[in-house]
Amino acid sequence: MTTNPWVWLAAILTLCIYTYLYKDNPFYKFAEHLFTGLAVGYTIAIYWHNAVQPYVIQGIFRAHDWVLLVPLGLGLLYLTRFIPKIGYLMLIPIAISLGAGSGVGLPRSLEANIVKQMQGTLLTPAMLQHPFDPYNGLVVGLLVLAGVVCTISYFFFSREHTGALRVSSRIGIWFVMIGFGASFGYTVMARLSLFISRMQFLMTDWIHIIK
Amino acid sequence: MTRATGPIALALLLALALPAAAVPAPPGAVRAYDTPDDDGLSITLEWALSPSDSGTALDGYVISRAAAGSDSFQPLAQLPRGNAFYHDNEAETGAAYVYRVAAVDRGGEVSQPAASGEVRAREQWFKAGKVNALVGTLLFVFLALLFIDRAKRGKRYIRHIPGLDAVEEAVGRATEMGRPILYVLGFSTISDVATIAGLNILGQVARKTAEYETPLVVPTNDYIVHTVATEVVKQAYAGSGRPDLFNHDSVFFLTSDQMGYAAGVSGVIARDRPATNLFMGMFYAESLVMSEAGAATGAIQIAGTDAINQLPFFITSCDYTLIAEEFYAASAYLSQDPLLVGGVKGQDFMKLIIVALVLAGSIWMLATRGDWFSSLFAIN
Repeated sequence: MTTNPWVWLAAILTLCIYTYLYKDNPFYKFAEHLFTGLAVGYTIAIYWHNAVQPYVIQGIFRAHDWVLLVPLGLGLLYLTRFIPKIGYLMLIPIAISLGAGSGVGLPRSLEANIVKQMQGTLLTPAMLQHPFDPYNGLVVGLLVLAGVVCTISYFFFSREHTGALRVSSRIGIWFVMIGFGASFGYTVMARLSLFISRMQFLMTDWIHIIK
Repeated sequence: MTRATGPIALALLLALALPAAAVPAPPGAVRAYDTPDDDGLSITLEWALSPSDSGTALDGYVISRAAAGSDSFQPLAQLPRGNAFYHDNEAETGAAYVYRVAAVDRGGEVSQPAASGEVRAREQWFKAGKVNALVGTLLFVFLALLFIDRAKRGKRYIRHIPGLDAVEEAVGRATEMGRPILYVLGFSTISDVATIAGLNILGQVARKTAEYETPLVVPTNDYIVHTVATEVVKQAYAGSGRPDLFNHDSVFFLTSDQMGYAAGVSGVIARDRPATNLFMGMFYAESLVMSEAGAATGAIQIAGTDAINQLPFFITSCDYTLIAEEFYAASAYLSQDPLLVGGVKGQDFMKLIIVALVLAGSIWMLATRGDWFSSLFAIN
């Protein structure tokens, strides 16, 4: 077994968290509260080093970059929520965050999730050359096209799913579920590898069973 | 003398007859032009490959730059052979430059340079390569405004979403059991549309918990989301005529660390034993940790998210799941807010246009054997 106290600490906390698999207990509670508290403290330190230090202390007080007073002022408006009379001022930075987020996000989302996907769904003449090619053949192209059209029909909310729309939406949800199944399997493998890595830590770094 | 000079003359003759160390042939004409659709800090160079580029003796190309009218060329980069393209991303807007490209072999021999003409970097205010995205955005905004207007005039039909019945049922169950409802807004910021949709649904749920006097627990991970969630719940309680029931501590900040948040929520689930867990927002790897903890307590669980990678986990661990756009439509359906309903219906119409374009474009391209239609969707 290792004599490194930090490895011991990490191993004990790992086991404390795993005790949740049995039921909630004081060991889990201790590890959970420690983890949550440390995470908050760590985040404050990150904000201090990534925001306050470079922009407020260095930028405003040392480099006299007065433009930085604008974001500082907006940030300080959040604190007005503690003063009921002027608490409404906190809505200003929230509105700016929302507006900027939407303004930047909408075209980007349209490009990545709609325009490029439309291009990828189109059947192209190149697909005719090797119709049964598993990656770029006409058969796969038709399957993708049918999947996209049927899936979109499932997410059509302006009409009740009856008649042809009922059939296409049913097919669409099958496509969605097949996709989710593949995604589920893939992610479970990733989670298993995380578990294996934790076991390796316990077996290798802590108790040295695996060399 | 004749005996002595004979070998020297022979050596000289041999030296002349052997090929000198071969200098690579220079590249072809260099074309330098302002990089289109940029912020004025880049110049693009193109040249024809050196005839020596076909063998393995050539190492690459050396690119150098000088201010126009100056002979002081500074090396910028050396590219491997086969390259005939370079972006100078360190140009100054408006400054005139001249470029030289020379071929260099593995022995370090450098060809005569090929020079470009004078060129300046200019900034463009319009990115021509994204016109299609602009057209799409304008079309969507137009449709959204049109349908918002129609919704304001009463045309608000949105089809019934089965998962939503479960929300009412779940609130009722928690009330009967005298246990709280846990509402998790996901692990994203306020700029995320999913978080906003989650907040909309939170308002509707908080109205019901105020009516039924059921405790509501909302742990948050982001300081802005926390502030907005507090306001949403507070207003919902006031709107239901029960501002006295609003408990400030019911919306509380946990941590902004992903797994710290998941551990905290799991702790809340294990100790408070909520009868209903609602996961509405944007989720990442923490989704299964929380929803599995909830499933183990036997709570009714309803999830709604557009996080494609997390949806499979919610489907397996929750009783009902609002998949992707169902989640957005749900907040419109519940609130009947013309803005939200108009947005959903605008998206529906946009979907019809997309399907029509994809089908018509595919048929057109297969019939004409041309793919110009596909280029309409290229983003540069």
